[in-house]
Order: sequence, then structure tokens, then C-alpha cells
Amino acid sequence: MSATESNGGRCVVIGASHAGVNFAFALRKEGWEGEIQLFDADPMRPYHRPPLSKAYLAGTDKIEKNLLKAEESYEREKIDLHLGIKVAAIKPGERTIQLDDGRRVAYDKLVLATGARPLLPPIVGIEACSRVSVLRTASDVEHIRNKVKEQVSSRVVIIGGGYIGLETASSLSKMGASVVVLEREERILARVTAPFMSDYFQRLHAAHGVSVLTSKNVVSIGSSRECGIVICDDGSQYPAELVIVGVGIQVNQELAEQAGLIVENGIRVDGRAQTSDPAIYAIGDCTNHFNLHYQRFVRLESVQNAVDQAKVAAAAIAGKQPVYDALPWFWSDQFDTKLQIAGLSAGYNRILTRIEHAHCFSVWYFKDDTLLAVDAVNHAKSYVVGTKLLKDKQKVDVARLTDRNIDLKVANLILE
Amino acid sequence: MAQITFVTSDNDSITLEGTSGSVMSLAVGHGVKGIDGDCGGVCSCATCHVFVAPGDLEKTGPASEIETDMLELDDNANEFSRLCCQIEISDAIDGIVLTVAK
Ligand SMILES: Cc1cc2nc3c(=O)[nH]c(=O)nc-3n(C[C@H](O)[C@H](O)[C@H](O)COP(=O)(O)OP(=O)(O)OC[C@H]3O[C@@H](n4cnc5c(N)ncnc54)[C@H](O)[C@@H]3O)c2cc1C
Ligand code: FES
Repeated sequence: MSATESNGGRCVVIGASHAGVNFAFALRKEGWEGEIQLFDADPMRPYHRPPLSKAYLAGTDKIEKNLLKAEESYEREKIDLHLGIKVAAIKPGERTIQLDDGRRVAYDKLVLATGARPLLPPIVGIEACSRVSVLRTASDVEHIRNKVKEQVSSRVVIIGGGYIGLETASSLSKMGASVVVLEREERILARVTAPFMSDYFQRLHAAHGVSVLTSKNVVSIGSSRECGIVICDDGSQYPAELVIVGVGIQVNQELAEQAGLIVENGIRVDGRAQTSDPAIYAIGDCTNHFNLHYQRFVRLESVQNAVDQAKVAAAAIAGKQPVYDALPWFWSDQFDTKLQIAGLSAGYNRILTRIEHAHCFSVWYFKDDTLLAVDAVNHAKSYVVGTKLLKDKQKVDVARLTDRNIDLKVANLILE
Repeated sequence: MAQITFVTSDNDSITLEGTSGSVMSLAVGHGVKGIDGDCGGVCSCATCHVFVAPGDLEKTGPASEIETDMLELDDNANEFSRLCCQIEISDAIDGIVLTVAK
């Protein structure tokens, strides 16, 4: 294949998930008339990832019900989707990519949307044990669903008490499995939320029969004929028909590294999503960008970042001068609890909670008197008000914020 | 079975038929422009905002509390606004007309 130079030439995208797919449609919307070629190693039509650990896992829907875009939409927008094809290398000097079957594809603009893969920690036996699974793709979910359905009362051990681990615990326990979560830290969600939140989710899981155990450092996984056995450094052992590892991700940055791009905890991009090679852009989970709101480099793992960066890259490639300045947001659904997060809490030194009632509250993170983030539990209003205060960089009247008798409204909370 | 008409920002009018699932899924499944459904339909992203034709509000019902809160993220929201991932398809909503928010 060679690049056609007509009307914008050829834009090649590596990775067709939240970032890559949204980019392709956004680029068309920006008026790009050239080719758009999307490549992904995953053979499935691009689908939503967040439901994989939530409703989709616990349900019976096929992946067709969970697609990012309708199949016909790709044709209509003339976006060429090449699935089940892995890209093996980028040759920035000749502006081509090499597919793993040896074919080369030339590009005028290249977009890396390679995302991330689950991290496999150095646990003895983790690779050898056939009962170990990760959860990132639709086929991972297919496998997990089948395993859990095969056995009347499956025992599942989930290694890692982060969002994905806890969501998976919630979904599998709804499906009737008996679930144990093993977390190495002293509390779950330790890296991302305040102790108040960790406590709440610990109790939520306990109330639904999930046993969430903290300070559990898994050192090895063995197996007997009937089950796998997860062993911690305190000697405790947990037998399980299925072991799911959810301890975080590893960025798919090897292609970028080999191509000589600047890579530092993700592929370094500027405010236009451009890498250190002007013909190459990068978006989504695989990137590390300087966040204007927080004035530091961050690597995010969220749909928000994937979609918003995709739009910025599309505008930039179409010749505009966009600046990536979106406020990060995230959500997590566990049992009937909805958590919504606005902003990034890292670096906080002060926390306030506003409690509406036992299952409806919000945690507000500050650095001195600057609001950094809000965690809203079953309270979308806090999320929305928090988002607005953060976007406008407003100083918050904390006395009023925590006073339940004062209506939660932006106008009521701005410090004069 | 319900017929649902979407009016997009380019003033295209598309009528689709559905039997179950959410209105957002139906729209995304047929590539209705302006309905992104970034969160997959769990009322977390507000990218499935539509205005229900005034006469049809009786059929769809009003937005729920969480929806109303989320809609506040969009300055253009009004009393006819819904997040269409929160509208279930059933015979009851047959014939409704939804204008996709910009
Ligand atoms: C179970 C789960 C639950 C989640 N829940 C939430 C949530 O509630 N809210 C939220 O905001 N985010 C959530 N996330 C995170 C969110 O899904 C990611 O942030 C998002 O998928 C990032 O999109 P992306 O396109 O950047 O990367 P990815 O989704 O990782 O996609 C990258 C794609 O690139 C392909 N690829 C990589 N290398 C190559 C190559 N060399 N050749 C060809 N193809 C390649 C991969 O196959 C993959 O399809 C969740 C993630 C998971 C796994
Ligand atoms: S699809 Fe996200 S709020 Fe409706």
C-alpha cells in the first residue's frame, strides 16, 4: 500500500478502541477527506471497555450490544477498519508502519492509540496456572463468564482491590460466585481515594458477602487438580476455581520507544496530542501529557481522556490549533452504588465530607484551599457542582460546603 | 415495538424501530449523529442528551433525579431534556420525536 496524497493524504491509526475510534470519527467531522485506516490486534468490532467489569460481565448480552459505533457507521464515514492485525513496527524515517504479516502501510499522519494491557506482577506461578485470567478485552470476559457459569458455586480470588478488581467482585458475586479480594495495601483503593471512601467500599462489599482482605501480599499461585491456590506472604492460602489479576496496567509504548519517540511513563505528547515526531500523534491511555489544570505531567486511564484527546488530535491534524485542557472525570459502578469522580485528588492535604445520608455523600479533596477533586457516591449533584467549581477554579466556602442545610449549588459555595 | 424519530443538528430526521434496550443504544447502533454514549449508557457522561418533543413528554416521563443533576452540566438543558440512555424502549414510547442536543 502506498499513501495517496489527495486531500489530506492517509491517516493511519494504531489501536481501535475508545481513543482510536473516537479519533477517526472526529477527524472526518473536522473535514479530513483523505483515507483513515484503523488497525487493531483485537478481532472484535470495537466495543466499550468500562462495562466489561460491570453490567456486561454480570449480564448475558453479546458484545454486539456493547459496540462503540454501529458497523455501518465506519462504512458511511469511509473509515477502514482492519481488525485482528497487529502492528509490528513504525518506521518514522520512511513514514510507514509494518504489520506483523510483513506488509507495510505508508502514512502521512500516524496516530498511536495503543492503550494499555494488564500488568502481571511477579508472582511465582502466575503464568503457569491455567486458572489465572486478566480482564481487559471482550474475550477475557467471555472466558471469565464461562468459567463462572460452568461451576455451580465457583470460588473466585481477585488479586487487587482497585476499581476494576472491586467492580469485577461485585459483578461476579451477583452471578453467584463466592468472591475473595486480596489487596496488598492496608486499604482498598489506597492509591486513588481517601480512607473514608476505602472504608465505605469495604463495608459495601462485606454487606454483599464479598470478602475483601487487605494487607494481603500474594507471593505465589499453585494448583491442585481441582483448583488454583493463591498463597500470601503471611502464609494464608485461598483456593479458587478462578483467579483474576487486577493490579493495574502497563502502557503499550514499545512501538513508540522503538520508533525513537520520547516516552516517559507513557508516550509524551503536547497540548495538541503531538509526539516528539511532528507526523505522529498519540492519544488515550498510552499517553503522558502536561495537564494544564493541575500543572503537572499525568498519565490517565479513562474514557474521558481517550475521547477528549482524540478530539484534540483530530482538530490538530485538520490544521486547527486546539489545546487539551479538559477536566479529568471517571466513574465506577459497584452493586447499586454509583461513584462519580471529578478531577484528580493526588497531592491533597485536606479532605471534607458532605453527607446527605448513609449511602449518599461526597468527599472533597483540597490542597490548602484549592479544590482538587470530588468523589460523589450516589450523588450526581455533588459531581456536577464539583465539576463546575473545578472548571472555573473557584475558591470554595468550606463551611457552607459541609453544611447540609445549605443547598448544594455553585452560587452558594463560592467564597466571596 | 416502538418507532422513534431523531432530529439531528443538521436537521436530518431519522426514524428507527426498536423493541428493547435503551434509546441511546438504538441511536448509536444506527449511527445517529450527536448521540455518542461515551459511558455506554450508565448516566455518567451526558453525551446522549436529547430534547423530547413537548407533546411526547407524557410518554417518556420526566428525567430522574440523577439525570436532572447530570443534565446541569449542559447549559442548554431545559424541561424537555433527557439523557436517552435512561429511556427504555417499549410500546409506550411509540411515535416519539427526539431532537439531538448539540
Ligand atoms: C474492565 C475495565 C473497566 C473500566 N472502567 C472504566 C470506567 O468505569 N470509567 C472510565 O473512564 N474508564 C474505565 N476503564 C478504562 C478505559 O476503558 C480506558 O481508559 C480506555 O479503554 C482507553 O482507551 P484507549 O483507546 O486509549 O486504549 P485501549 O482501550 O487500551 O485500546 C488500545 C487498543 O490498541 C490495540 N493495540 C495495542 N497495540 C497494538 C498493536 N501493536 N497493533 C494493533 N493494535 C494494537 C489494542 O488491541 C486495543 O484494542 C476501564 C477499563 C477496563 C479494562
Ligand atoms: S450514555 Fe452516558 S449518560 Fe447516557
